[in-house]
Amino acid sequence: MQSLVGVLFDGFAYGMLLFLLSVGLSVTLGMMNFVNLAHCSFAMVGGYATVSFMNRLGWPFFAALAAAFVVAAAVAVVLERTLYRRLYRASDLDQCLFTIGIVFISVAAFAFFYTTELQSARVPEYLRGAVQIMGINFAAYRIFLVAVSLAMAVLLIFLLERTQFGATVRAAVDNQRMARGLGIDVDRAFMITFALGGGLAGLGGGLAVEFVGLEPTFALTYLVYVLIVVAVGGLGSIGGSFVAAAVLGISDMAGKYFFPWLGAFLIYLVMVALLMWRPAGLFGKR
Amino acid sequence: MANASSTAARYFEGQVRWRPLEIVFWLAALLPFVVTPAYLSLASQVAITALFALSLDLLVGYAGLVSLGHAAFFGLGAYSAGLLAKHFWNEPLSGLIVAAALAGIVGYLLSHIIVRFRHLTLIMLTLGIGLLLHEVANSATWLTGGADGLQGVKVTSVLGFRFDLYGRTAYSYSLATLFVCFLVARRIVHSPFGLALRGIRENALRMPALGAPNQAHLRKAYALSAAMAGVAGALLTHTTSTVSLEVLSFGRSADVLVILILGGAGRLYGGILGAIIYMVARDQFSGINPQYWYFWIGLLLVAVVMFLPNGILGGLSALYKKSE
Amino acid sequence: MLRKLAVVTTAAAALLAAASVHAQTVKIGIILPYTGQFADGATQLDNAIKLYVKQNGETVAGRKLEFVRKDTGGIAPDVAKRLAQELVVRDQVDILAGFLLTPNALAAGDVSAEAKKFMVVMNAATSIITTKSDYMARTSLTTPQVNESLGAWAATKGGIKKVYTMVSDYGPGHDGEQGFINGFKGAGGEVIGSVRFPVANPDFAAFVQRAKDLNPEAIYIWVPGGAQPAAIGKALAERGIDARKTKVLSQLELTDESARKAMGDAALGIITGAHYDPEHKSARNQAFVKAYVAEYKRSPNFFSMGGYDGMHLIYEALKKTGGKTDGAALIGAAKGMAWESPRGPISIDPETRDIIQTVYIQRVEKVGGENVNVEVDKVEKVKDPVKVRMMKK
Repeated sequence: MQSLVGVLFDGFAYGMLLFLLSVGLSVTLGMMNFVNLAHCSFAMVGGYATVSFMNRLGWPFFAALAAAFVVAAAVAVVLERTLYRRLYRASDLDQCLFTIGIVFISVAAFAFFYTTELQSARVPEYLRGAVQIMGINFAAYRIFLVAVSLAMAVLLIFLLERTQFGATVRAAVDNQRMARGLGIDVDRAFMITFALGGGLAGLGGGLAVEFVGLEPTFALTYLVYVLIVVAVGGLGSIGGSFVAAAVLGISDMAGKYFFPWLGAFLIYLVMVALLMWRPAGLFGKR
Repeated sequence: MANASSTAARYFEGQVRWRPLEIVFWLAALLPFVVTPAYLSLASQVAITALFALSLDLLVGYAGLVSLGHAAFFGLGAYSAGLLAKHFWNEPLSGLIVAAALAGIVGYLLSHIIVRFRHLTLIMLTLGIGLLLHEVANSATWLTGGADGLQGVKVTSVLGFRFDLYGRTAYSYSLATLFVCFLVARRIVHSPFGLALRGIRENALRMPALGAPNQAHLRKAYALSAAMAGVAGALLTHTTSTVSLEVLSFGRSADVLVILILGGAGRLYGGILGAIIYMVARDQFSGINPQYWYFWIGLLLVAVVMFLPNGILGGLSALYKKSE
Repeated sequence: MLRKLAVVTTAAAALLAAASVHAQTVKIGIILPYTGQFADGATQLDNAIKLYVKQNGETVAGRKLEFVRKDTGGIAPDVAKRLAQELVVRDQVDILAGFLLTPNALAAGDVSAEAKKFMVVMNAATSIITTKSDYMARTSLTTPQVNESLGAWAATKGGIKKVYTMVSDYGPGHDGEQGFINGFKGAGGEVIGSVRFPVANPDFAAFVQRAKDLNPEAIYIWVPGGAQPAAIGKALAERGIDARKTKVLSQLELTDESARKAMGDAALGIITGAHYDPEHKSARNQAFVKAYVAEYKRSPNFFSMGGYDGMHLIYEALKKTGGKTDGAALIGAAKGMAWESPRGPISIDPETRDIIQTVYIQRVEKVGGENVNVEVDKVEKVKDPVKVRMMKK
């Protein structure tokens, strides 16, 4: 029993990382229907920023993470204003092609500037190893990951439900044309949302360095998982991303613990089953 | 009344007739034998990818179903051809038929689940099924050879022609198969069935009012597309005498979708053109710079979307219309 | 008149010189996964190739070396085969080299056999690879070579009676496990349980917990290089398995430099079987590492070693044949060749054309404040045991 709780918590923590990486894509996809497959490139930006700030500039871990958020958000805004804006009217397929091109460019660029070497970051000592709570081992870093993600989730929901800006975003997700008709500046709201989403992905990338390692192919490897979370959770939904990421993380881990021969099989099976049951995603609207 | 139907008839006849540009294109496909004989292996793989992209076009461009897991059928075809050659007999042409049949049947069965969905759900379902099949193949090492690939596949010749080091036989074989399948695809697309598919793609709600059974049509399209992808996979096995898990990978599914969008979906030639451009570009870029060629390919994709929306063929036809 | 003659003669001489220089070039085709998830291994291997050429000059036996590099993008045997074919047919290479991944090496082996080209496998580690072509030699390792030695050592000098195995669920992982079990059981050990994890698995907590539930005396692990060694090392510590108490055994990937850096003190006590560690105390190795670090700002690893020794084999074989490049001559020269490599003494088995080398048993210990691999034992002149058994039949 004890080992099960430990394993489930580990799965939940992994799911929280996926949440941070995916929530931005879910909201921007739901808001503007813009298929940004380069979303994980923002995560890579954040990851490499964290590594650079810590290893080359000697910044402490938390400062580097904050910097990762800011840098990734900045890159997202620049990309949105210069290139993405022209493609809002383009077809889904064209958006896919374009953003895949961006991913390829980012992969090559990072390989060029940082080489293909696996990156690591020296996180503070108190975040390494495990702590014992009620006789169960909990990895310190995973507790940290969960804490950060929960804090972000709470912040986001507060932003969405309690602020003027949040109301704008909700309106735009529900019915963009109507929102514009009411005089809401959807484009500006989208730019800010895009920046937030990119920044969160960057934060996720920075956190991922210690967790799963960072290489130039990160943007492609994690794209599949992020798409799964977004589809299962439902477009435009923070809660959806949260629940979907948690479910996928836990079921992946539980599956591997109880049925290791199923391996990666279970996560795809769960996804297919959930999508067939709820095609619009768990909390999706369309 | 007579006027309307004769206009319609003339329109369709115009569609079905072979344009001079098409004839030039297929004749030009024979050029590599003479002009670039050292590139025939590459040409063979381009032809195979073109066939794969053509099969996806039937699904994406004509039926309007986007799939991110089409490599499942490519891989099914490749493995069935490999297993047939390894355990029973290594005559390729019968291998093609077996591969097409197997992939087609599996495609038909899966279609019952898949064609009920659209948009992101459809894409993720096809992705998931593709990934599942990849995992199954990885686990079934006793059958597939696992990550090392299927060993002992030796397809030495087709119709008495040996598969040589220069790739002459390989290209002839792949090109001929591509052409035959292209004729089949052309026939399908210009048939009443094909028109119904396009109708479903444009306005799925209205088609039943015209008497077209949506789901049945889509299932058939899916099965045909799967069968053709299976043929492409079998071709790869025959021309290289190798099969590995990579034929079922997400990478292959994503690549072929990128190629189709690049060339322009819904135009029959889009997949073929996309395959030629993408694979030749990739070959040239990676030859010049093996480590960072992703950059140039990415730039190519970005440039195409910016200047030629709806793929290369789409962009070219728009330019053509503008100049008229 | 005289001036015209001079011009014509000079031109003719220049043309002749150019033609003969071209005829004197030895072309080597290198096939590696320069992009994709295995790119880093390719980078390290290629770095070592470039270093060797830099140190030893571009001319061997009076002929100039020319390199053509091709990217397979990862595991893609159809692409590898086509690239090998193109290198032979289009670029007219004399030697095929590189080959990080087994499926690619197997596919290219067919081309080497058909075109009768000398082929040097510089990394791929599955036993059967060298059986694909009579013109193929290997300078890296075979998985059973290292793991059987580790298994045998563990059951005898290691004093371990029972082990739990955890390996990646694909060819190399199965090979490693099988090799270890062959050696371990052969020396009297017992396997109490096993689990396999998916190939690209990012999170090992569940699997490590399963191991912990059985409270084993020792755990054998096999993971591919990259991000996984650090991940599983950390998972072991997080789930409460201390490598100093429960013996953790693996192939060298688990404790290579980047993994040790990422794992921190969780790595202490892990025992690995290795054919090469950059910390190996020999003058030759120290010089090699120094030169590598100076050139590439990072330490070499076993990928680099395979490439470095592969180039050495090519150079020496060419010297022995006097510059002749036909496959039979080169492989004939390669067979039986023995030399002192930075990793230790190695030779090419004349019967199997595979590498014979020393397997070191090493343990991670803190030396001077740093966690390093310390050699605790070694097994010398190890041949590939699978092929040895195949030949006995």
